[in-house]
Amino acid sequence: MSDPLFEFLCRMGDNTLVLGHRVSEWCGVAPVLEEDIALANTALDLIGQTTLWLNLAGEVEGKGRDADALAFRRDVWDFRNVLLVEQPNGDFGQTMMRQFLFDVWHKGYLTALQDSKHDQIAAVAEKSLKEVTYHLERTMDTVIGLGDGTEESHNRMQKALDKLYPYVGELFVRDDVDDAMIAAGIAPDPAALRADFDAVLDAVLREATLTKPESDFAHKGGKSGQRHSEHLGHMLAQMQWLQRTYPDATW
Amino acid sequence: MYAQMIKSTGKGVKSLDEMEPDERAFQERINAGGKIEPKDWMPDGYRKTLIRQIGQHAHSEIVGQLPEGNWITRAPTLERKAILLAKVQDEAGHGLYLYCAAETLGVSRDQLTRDLLSGKMKYSSIFNYPTLTWADMGAVGWLVDGAAIMNQVPLQRTSYGPYARAMVRICKEESFHQRQGFDIMMKMANGTEAQRKMAQDALNRFWYPSLMMFGPSDENSVHSAQSMAWKIKMNSNDELRQKFVDQTVPQAEYLGLTVPDEHLKWNEDRGSYEFSEPDWDEFFDVLQGNGPCSVDRMEARNKAWDEGRWVREGLLAHAEKKRARKMAAE
Repeated sequence: MSDPLFEFLCRMGDNTLVLGHRVSEWCGVAPVLEEDIALANTALDLIGQTTLWLNLAGEVEGKGRDADALAFRRDVWDFRNVLLVEQPNGDFGQTMMRQFLFDVWHKGYLTALQDSKHDQIAAVAEKSLKEVTYHLERTMDTVIGLGDGTEESHNRMQKALDKLYPYVGELFVRDDVDDAMIAAGIAPDPAALRADFDAVLDAVLREATLTKPESDFAHKGGKSGQRHSEHLGHMLAQMQWLQRTYPDATW
Repeated sequence: MYAQMIKSTGKGVKSLDEMEPDERAFQERINAGGKIEPKDWMPDGYRKTLIRQIGQHAHSEIVGQLPEGNWITRAPTLERKAILLAKVQDEAGHGLYLYCAAETLGVSRDQLTRDLLSGKMKYSSIFNYPTLTWADMGAVGWLVDGAAIMNQVPLQRTSYGPYARAMVRICKEESFHQRQGFDIMMKMANGTEAQRKMAQDALNRFWYPSLMMFGPSDENSVHSAQSMAWKIKMNSNDELRQKFVDQTVPQAEYLGLTVPDEHLKWNEDRGSYEFSEPDWDEFFDVLQGNGPCSVDRMEARNKAWDEGRWVREGLLAHAEKKRARKMAAE
């Protein structure tokens, strides 16, 4: 295992990088103008958070890599984001469901991370939490509104939940990196955050008239980097193309 | 300029003596530099012309998201990606204020959207051109936003209050957009050989379409004369185009790029540049829907609208259920 602190920071930064990129794919084609603005806003927040996490990761690593070097010059196996965030946008409902599931976890995790013994991490968590609190308010309202909307919107949201729920479990997996972070007082135990997550999820789904899938089966492999989905490679091909094609250029 | 070839009454400008009392009072107020507000009396032609103009401007902001959105997922650094996202978000915001300004004239955003999607209303010709390299993100900011600002700065003084106020806010953001575009061009023009080539290529492709943004000469246009009398158009197309060329040529020189016009020449006596006219046949082709990306742009907007229908209907249905539940509880 490489330095667990570096691994941990890549996990935080890669989650926001990959999700921010996915959300930015919506640019200009949202269902209403207000959503165009809100989606761009979410993507902007996430890209901003990415810069903070990955610059910190680069500093910790001490090999002279900054956030851009990490974002644009690593290949799939070096990415540490959970599988949930690399899943394609699908329809607007799927994008919102993915964002909602992530936001509930993100808010809980960042809240705990504010107490980190690592001052810089606590500071990034505090700044991010303000933005993420707003993200969650919005996605919660949207999931409820579309779940409890028309028959079509309800069915689409149920389908999105069924499709994405198997990616929720990975958010709460505890592994060696987490053990090291917990021992150092840097980050919380992800498994311990599940109960609060479920409470919010259940309350929102009830109001949205949606049904949580019975199986708790969870796909894994993103956070550890051992096995990403096929989708991530295509995203990186697009995202990294300029940097890879013109390696000597500055932009 | 995001509004082109806006038709007004087509009847020529009336003198004050030819006007009925209401219209005369209205025109005198404009002549004195006063503002017209939504509830004030206004001639039907003024209202209709403004709806066309503000609507076309709003549509341009909306469609204008697409050529830049084309590069958000390929932006070369996190900072460039964030700046571009913020810019496109601003454009959506401009669209929103402008639709709101149009709504004060009695037309709904839904109606304007339907007119855009059916092709009844137009958007600026410039957004029918493709963005092919990263340098195009620089050129769009530098040239396209630069040309838009030429027109929009004077429109801050336009006679219709809500439009003038929307323009104040829009201009602040547009000048930031232009600066970031120029910043990209500087990086590219001072970069590697490949980057310099991209920068020159972007200027070559965007120069004449940018000049077209001002529209053909309108010196003899009755529509323009009327719009100028109403102060919803502040300068002639040629005047603005000249100003744009005079401002932009030294910037191109500073970048070490060549403006693709062999007739470009400084005229000492006039104190301005002589330059070649763009190909106006191409301009009219683009307006007819034959721009390089016209079909793609309209398809993209229509697809987004159609695919978003279930979302709009779902949220509306939920809002109604909530209201009904609240009423039942009271």
